[in-house]
Amino acid sequence: MENAKNLEEFQAKIDAEIKIEPKDWMPEEYRQHLIRQMSQHAHSEVIGMQPEGNWITRSPSLRARKILMAKVQDEGGHGLYLYCATETLGVSREQLIKWLHEGKAKYASVFNYPSPTWADMGAIGWLVDGAAIVNQVSLQRTSYGPYSRAMVRICKEESFHQRQGYEVMASLMEGTSEQKKMAQEAFERWWWPSLMMFGPHDGDSPRSSNAMKWKIKRETNDDLRQQFIDKTIPQAELIGLKIPDANYKLLENGSYETSDIDWEEFWNVIKGNGPCNTQRIKHHAAAHDNGQWVREAAIAYNEKKEQKLKSA
Amino acid sequence: MSTDNQGPIWEVFVQTKPGKPYKHVGSLHAYDKEMAIENARDLYTRRNEGTGLWLVKAEEIVSVKSGDEESYFEPADDKIYRHPTFYNMPDGSKHI
Repeated sequence: MENAKNLEEFQAKIDAEIKIEPKDWMPEEYRQHLIRQMSQHAHSEVIGMQPEGNWITRSPSLRARKILMAKVQDEGGHGLYLYCATETLGVSREQLIKWLHEGKAKYASVFNYPSPTWADMGAIGWLVDGAAIVNQVSLQRTSYGPYSRAMVRICKEESFHQRQGYEVMASLMEGTSEQKKMAQEAFERWWWPSLMMFGPHDGDSPRSSNAMKWKIKRETNDDLRQQFIDKTIPQAELIGLKIPDANYKLLENGSYETSDIDWEEFWNVIKGNGPCNTQRIKHHAAAHDNGQWVREAAIAYNEKKEQKLKSA
Repeated sequence: MSTDNQGPIWEVFVQTKPGKPYKHVGSLHAYDKEMAIENARDLYTRRNEGTGLWLVKAEEIVSVKSGDEESYFEPADDKIYRHPTFYNMPDGSKHI
């Protein structure tokens, strides 16, 4: 009742493509959906630093190491943009991190897979970042202003990530038979997990409908997944990689048909049974706890300086 | 003391080129001014996005309260004589 008129005005704004800003009225369900989606997005950026950070000290050249460090730094930056945008919804950073450590907040399941070889750095940049770009380009038009603006910034930075990954794969595919094998195996490891990044089929996605009506999401999971497949298969073929799917075929409309995803694996990894779920959270919590003394020191230092100013 | 916090929120403004206005780009957490400006450099200007940075603690920004917009901005609506197009110029007048 309070809400009937508010809700009508809110929907009218959404329909007119006017962004919703932090101090505007919004339905509680809209706020909660955004907190869940945006914090999950932020956590994914930050947890995503782990599989790649794993290779910084072992990267094959100084050039590769500089690039990888810049990329991992970007991912941290993207996490920070998104945390700040989420905080405009009235939830604190401390709370967001607590929910992550307690397992109440999720992050992209794809980061629960290990990165055993250098070729995984190529496959992650090309496929995982490539899938993320498709999703994020669409989210630039999301209805919540701070989220939309964070997406614009992130998209500007993201295409370097995908290109550097594809370059790693392309140069391995020009190398020795061992290097080619390494690239092919990494491709096979990441192909299906990257298709899973778009989430369940639209019919099985519990929260899709209001998210579309409120324009939090602008395109469906399946549409976005198809865009990614159609872009990526020709890129794989160009450098000589074989698609790990016996049934894929090019349709007359230029789109590709592929086998269905192994949804059992998908739900299993989401439920926490992926190869690295425990390790990822444990590592994040340890890094956070190890930083406690730094936060304490920084607060104490600032208090001391302010005292000095007052007494001067 | 309760110490496990990320520090206050600061709003970040970047000047893209000398002579241009500072524009809001986002926010960050920092415990003091020096850390705020160093974090802003690392977070918002990794690709030559700017030549200047302003940092302001979010709690110190004054803004029009939600719901007060009408009483603040409506009075300007009926003062069309503040716009140059309000005035009738004689036919044939130039450079005015």
